[in-house]
Amino acid sequence: MKAVNDLKATTDVTTGAVESVTTGVTTKTTVNRASRAERWSGYALLTVMAIAVVVPFLSVFLASLRPAGEPVTGLAWPVEWNLANYRRAWTVAGFSDLIRSSLVVALGVVPASLVLATLAGYALGTMRLPGGNAVAAFFIAGLTIPVELIVVPLYFDLRAVGLTNTYLGVILVEIALFMPFSVFWMRTHFRATPPSLVEAARIDGASSGTILLRVLLPLARPSLMTLGVLVFMWSWNQFLLVLVLIQDATLRTAPAGLGFFVGQNNTDVPTLAAGTVIVMLPIMIVYLLFQRSFVTGLLQGAMKG
Amino acid sequence: MESSHRRGAMRGYLYVLPALAVYVVFAVLPALHTAYLSLFDWDGVTLGSWVGLDNYREVFRNPVLLRSLVNALALVVFFSFVPILTGLLTTALLSRYRRPGMGVYRLLFMLPQIVPLVAVGVTWRWLYGDDGLVNEALRAVGLDGITRAWLGDFDTALIAVGLVGTWVLSGLCTMLFLSGVHKVDPSLYEAARLDGAGPVREFVSVTLPQLRGELAIALTVTMVAALASFDIVYVTTNGGPGEQTTVPGLLVYRLAFSDGDVGLASALGVVLSCLILGLVYVVNRLSRSET
Repeated sequence: MKAVNDLKATTDVTTGAVESVTTGVTTKTTVNRASRAERWSGYALLTVMAIAVVVPFLSVFLASLRPAGEPVTGLAWPVEWNLANYRRAWTVAGFSDLIRSSLVVALGVVPASLVLATLAGYALGTMRLPGGNAVAAFFIAGLTIPVELIVVPLYFDLRAVGLTNTYLGVILVEIALFMPFSVFWMRTHFRATPPSLVEAARIDGASSGTILLRVLLPLARPSLMTLGVLVFMWSWNQFLLVLVLIQDATLRTAPAGLGFFVGQNNTDVPTLAAGTVIVMLPIMIVYLLFQRSFVTGLLQGAMKG
Repeated sequence: MESSHRRGAMRGYLYVLPALAVYVVFAVLPALHTAYLSLFDWDGVTLGSWVGLDNYREVFRNPVLLRSLVNALALVVFFSFVPILTGLLTTALLSRYRRPGMGVYRLLFMLPQIVPLVAVGVTWRWLYGDDGLVNEALRAVGLDGITRAWLGDFDTALIAVGLVGTWVLSGLCTMLFLSGVHKVDPSLYEAARLDGAGPVREFVSVTLPQLRGELAIALTVTMVAALASFDIVYVTTNGGPGEQTTVPGLLVYRLAFSDGDVGLASALGVVLSCLILGLVYVVNRLSRSET
């Protein structure tokens, strides 16, 4: 029994997730009849929660298939699969512009964040810099900065240098806003790599740049991927910042555009629902593709933050 | 030797410099600029005038601003406490067993967390409507009497907005605790069971202490989400009816860009940030001092 438990403990530590072959054994030996009810009530609660999560998404999706302009009530299965609302939202309501803007901003923010955070995390995580810990603490201090604290002067300052109503302005601020977490994440990663790797390469005469590029970067791929999807998500979902920095309707990102659209059209539910689905779909697809990175990022990222 | 060491350090800082520059210019300086602006009476157009700490006095004296801070604290109940209790309950019921099939639940539970809060708000605004799903469901079970426009009702608006936060954050808290419980040494449960501990006793004395780290994180993340909330409130109620659901984020935006009171907006931003930092500090202190 003890051996099984030990084995299980080690697999849990190493894989950090999911069930292994040993699970069947332990379940059989430890579960007694009386607590079966307990387990089923646990699953029942999980299922209730899962339904509570799904129903709002389902209802907005079903509403988007209804004939336009018609009042929509409750959950109703569509008579026919009508994609006209999507066509109208995409063209007339301008959601194609919104998605394009969001993609431009995200594609600017993600690579820049990864590069800057890798460089800084590498130096702060592997080199013994004088005052390095203070610099790291300075970054970490920014982890809980709310957008509300910086958005007011940003509007006036960026307007003064012509960066309001530009993608560049939003991109730069978002990079800065996510930088505390990004640097922190990459520094944690590089600190965890064995120092002997760096040491050996240094003895071979490799420069610090070569060590990063040739030795450490190939090993950093999972961490970079997780950081990449998190930054993409934060950038895609950012609302207040874009609302303030961008007034030009054609440059707005998806959430900002949806927020505006809602203010103007709250009667045409089907088109609004289609727009909502359009705004959610890209990030949902990224979520499905990079599920693992997302879950590690959201759980461990929260843990380390 | 000494100088080559220093040169190495200088080169090391070259790696840090780009990140540091962007962070300082576009986040740290604006934060300091906000603190500076909070000392002025400025409409955003004409020349501002120095008023010292008057704006801060106004934050705590003006009923609307005060109300927004109280509302933000009330939202903590729905954004933090309810999701954490839900997560703990689920974890308590499932902590003693290996859990096959968790992958699907995990996939679903994270979903509200990854989509834009604006989209979440738009969805709920419609679900809460006169003919929305919430009222439909109530009518279906014969509770016609209590149906209403939940977001437009003075008594229910704040609770309705809060429950949207509950919906968003419960899954995250549950997954955090379940993954934390996963790391608990199974022999601890074994020992507790040999001592004759029942499920409640076992949860309180084995599971809960092991989850202290996760609890601190869940509290931090959800409290920041509640206090700095903007997106959900902006699209569901925009602060109404009256000032029932006004939150500080909404007022910072409104004061600075519609009402032309940049100084007061800045002061509120600073107060909000101090509140967040203070609470995060307390939570982290408590979670550490007990270990």
